[in-house]
Amino acid sequence: MTNIEIILTIVSLVLLIIAGFFAVLKKDLIHAVVATSVISLVLSLMFYLLQAPDVALTEAAIGIALSTIIFIITVRNTKRFEDK
Amino acid sequence: MDLFFIIIISVISLGAVFAIIRFIKGPTASDRVMALDTLSVMLIAVLVILGFLMKRYIYIDVSLVYAVLGFIGVITIARYLEGGI
Amino acid sequence: MNYIGYFLISIGTIFLFLGGLGILRMPDFYTRLQAGTKASTLGAMSSILGIGFLQPEWFIKTFIIVVFIAIANPLSSHALARGSHKAKQMPFLKDEKIGDAYEAVEEKLHKNQKKEDKK
Repeated sequence: MTNIEIILTIVSLVLLIIAGFFAVLKKDLIHAVVATSVISLVLSLMFYLLQAPDVALTEAAIGIALSTIIFIITVRNTKRFEDK
Repeated sequence: MDLFFIIIISVISLGAVFAIIRFIKGPTASDRVMALDTLSVMLIAVLVILGFLMKRYIYIDVSLVYAVLGFIGVITIARYLEGGI
Repeated sequence: MNYIGYFLISIGTIFLFLGGLGILRMPDFYTRLQAGTKASTLGAMSSILGIGFLQPEWFIKTFIIVVFIAIANPLSSHALARGSHKAKQMPFLKDEKIGDAYEAVEEKLHKNQKKEDKK
């Protein structure tokens, strides 16, 4: 591994943990959907660094477009705020 | 030349860290969506530079898919906030 | 050719960094949106074009990516600004007399539309 990949791996792993905590802990479900989208973004970068560009391409197409639309439609059809 | 690209990647990562801090702090949902948008644009630039460093032509395709499809999620969330989906 | 490439990548990196800084430091949502999307659009376009200059066989594909960024990124930022304005996200105003200018313009347009419909 070169130095550049080490820098990017550290930054993306920290972001991955933070966004995971956000997606679980937030009561407003729109914030949780945005956090899930960030997780998919960073996972795509991790797959890219591990030299699997086809998996990264699939993760990009599904994670950022399809799953966000499905989650938003689900939130619209149920309710926005989680119960205590 | 290698040092040049190390500096480039470090500076872009510092900007990404600022966007992450806004993502954590941001009071409303719109701020977080905007941080997601900025992170996605930074990721496109970083992916192209990494593909140049690894000398693989096929790696650019991931960045192309991000540039084509990346705005759909943001537009969907914005339409939901507007109330018109 | 190489020097043009390095110059463009440096410019793009500086603008991406300034976009991240502006997103952190600005006081309200709309100024943050402006700093984040405009600066980062220019930064990404410039640095990707710089890679295209460094590796001339890749120039066509990088140019296609630049065109898609130039189409898609302002589109999403416009949709986000419009959606948050409809969701009553108010700008940070020191002077309350200024009011909401976009609301007034939209009402005017709406009235004109009604007049034309009556004709």
